[in-house]
Amino acid sequence: MFAEKLRAAFVVARRDFVAVIFSKTFIFFLAGPLFPLVVGAMAGSIGAQVQQDLDNPTVGVAMPAHQGDRLIRARDAMADRMAGPVPSFVVLERLRDGETFDARGALAKGSGVAAVITGTLDAPVLTGTAERLGSWQGMVSTFAARARSASPASFPDVRSEVVTTSVAQQRNQQVLTAQAGQVLLFLLTMLLAGMVLSNLVEEKGNKIIEVLAAAIPMDALFLGKLFAMLAVSLVGIAVWGTGYGVLVVAGARAMPVLAAPAVGWPLFLGLGFLYFAMAYLLLGSLFLSIGGMASTVREVQTLSMPITMMQLMVFFFASYALARPGTWIETAAIVFPVSSPFAMLAQAAQKPALWPHLLALGWQAAWVLLIVRMGAGLFRRTVLKSGAGGAPRRRGLQAVLRRRPA
Amino acid sequence: MQLGEWPVSGNVVDAGGAELAIEAKGLVKRFDGFTAVDGVDIAVPKGAIYGILGPNGAGKTTTLRMLLGIIDPDSGTRRVLGCERPTDVARRIGYLPEERGLYPAMKAVDAIAFLGALRGVPLKEGRRKGRELLETHGLGYAADRQIRQLSKGMAQQVQLLGTLVHQPDLVIFDEPFSGLDAINQGKLEGTIRDLAARGTTVIFSTHVIAHAERLCDQIAIIAGGKVPFAGPVDEARDRLRPQVRLETRAQQGPWRAALPPEARHEGAFWHFTLPETGIEPLLRALIEGEAGILSLSIERAGLHDAFVAIAGEAAARALQDSEAAPTHTKGPKQREAADVR
Repeated sequence: MFAEKLRAAFVVARRDFVAVIFSKTFIFFLAGPLFPLVVGAMAGSIGAQVQQDLDNPTVGVAMPAHQGDRLIRARDAMADRMAGPVPSFVVLERLRDGETFDARGALAKGSGVAAVITGTLDAPVLTGTAERLGSWQGMVSTFAARARSASPASFPDVRSEVVTTSVAQQRNQQVLTAQAGQVLLFLLTMLLAGMVLSNLVEEKGNKIIEVLAAAIPMDALFLGKLFAMLAVSLVGIAVWGTGYGVLVVAGARAMPVLAAPAVGWPLFLGLGFLYFAMAYLLLGSLFLSIGGMASTVREVQTLSMPITMMQLMVFFFASYALARPGTWIETAAIVFPVSSPFAMLAQAAQKPALWPHLLALGWQAAWVLLIVRMGAGLFRRTVLKSGAGGAPRRRGLQAVLRRRPA
Repeated sequence: MQLGEWPVSGNVVDAGGAELAIEAKGLVKRFDGFTAVDGVDIAVPKGAIYGILGPNGAGKTTTLRMLLGIIDPDSGTRRVLGCERPTDVARRIGYLPEERGLYPAMKAVDAIAFLGALRGVPLKEGRRKGRELLETHGLGYAADRQIRQLSKGMAQQVQLLGTLVHQPDLVIFDEPFSGLDAINQGKLEGTIRDLAARGTTVIFSTHVIAHAERLCDQIAIIAGGKVPFAGPVDEARDRLRPQVRLETRAQQGPWRAALPPEARHEGAFWHFTLPETGIEPLLRALIEGEAGILSLSIERAGLHDAFVAIAGEAAARALQDSEAAPTHTKGPKQREAADVR
């Protein structure tokens, strides 16, 4: 019986897979990740430019001629030895003896500087906003002290001994790897959600659903659809992975380098694949059950928003749990079936033990079967209620939402 | 669902010893408190052409879906091709639903192969058989056309062929003639006869009585979710007494007293239902009364009249029942009115 179900599921999966792969929309599906990347890159570039402008402010110097020049030389000599960004210094005015400078006026007129240093090296005056003053006061004082001294101080060389990593750093980097894994898992399942959701609507639109329901068990139909979309997603992953590989090989130095996960890269990738499959099957079976109740594309669109929100909540929950290792929150994220793949992938990045993964995969697979069975049962109850000429015809969600007690 | 008194598998026979393809007893299906099917009993002999007749919304489709295992009955038992679970014998069943449809992007031959694959025919073999069937039915030229490129009638034919590609023992058609032109209706009738001649059991639902009258060995009339009649077509027709049409030379005479009280005179003819006593006493009275018989015909009731009478009676009974007990089965119109409220 199980073999027959698998056979039937394969027939459905094959049909769906071929239909999707050879459809024009599949190209858009493949190009899907490019859109957020392009938008992200553009936004990042613009943001970086703005940040750069903000992070390289200029300080104007209006001091007696020699003192101003000495202050700027002191700044140039010490800039590399200071922690954090050091603003550029420019001469606004070389003052003659007794001459004064209106720093407030210069800032108000928009002279292009973030602050103005006036006074003398013995008593410099820094004029600017409170935020600037707070961060630059000590720096100006240091530069003034250096400019004031008769002989420049010598700075001893510091011998450097580099270690590749420390335990603390490794842990932090593995957390980053875990986060990256979760984000990737989330993006992949997010991409597929819409496709799964609208999958059954096609059958309803084509009115072929009744033929399928008469010929094969409903859970075989559900499994077939899930497997088809899983196969479609694997094609997508293969294409995207190849694209990423090409970029890496081409020497894109900007690519982030992640720390090796605790279980090692090969196992991590293998587990990542399995957890992706489980996350997809769990969410997909849920979406399929909900999508099965929708009769029209409009209903599917209406369902998309709460479902996306649900996905986000699951992702946030798993991410939140990642930051709280050893707490009940982490345990809950691992046990709760829908967040379990996300939480366990994070575990793989941080802990070397393998047996919890076997346990988790079994647990998740059991939930997949349970949800598929429940979804198939619900689908049978709500979809094929009456004949075309028949009487009490409420379609899909409407039927569920308006159901009255028997 | 209750388990029947039958063994888990094996042949079922009716009272006359005929082997049954389907036997259903007391099938009941409710949707949200609405009783769509209310105690349906059906026995379909193997190899028969069996019609399920009923007005729109009578419960025909729901009954067929229960027989196919698409939905389970709330109570009652069913046995299809010797199995209590119809899904276990799905490979031996062909089904053409009322709402027909195929994947628009599929080629005709692939659509047939896909429908066959669902019932266990390997795809390659399905394609080969699909081409053969299309050729046989004069659609060979359309084998590699997409379904969306075919006319509605052609697409329906393709789906019909897909229903038969796995050579099922039992074929169930839900309103198969709807949407077909007269020529294709005739072709479909021929296909049904061919199937029956090969020993395939054919069940179809319809609300067009003429098809059933021409094709069926047995029928079940469904009205208001119940089956007021199930049996041979002749038996249904015999539910109504034959109609007599009489033409006499004389208009008046003592023979008039022999006519039944409900006899009506229209034009040159008298029309009345054949009396229980038969035609002989009337004939004697006509001859002795010198009525001068010009013509006399006794016509057996048609299936259409029998259907109207049986379904009408059932509807009247259902109405009485629903008035007596408001929670009983409601008709579609009543249900819709309730929804609006």
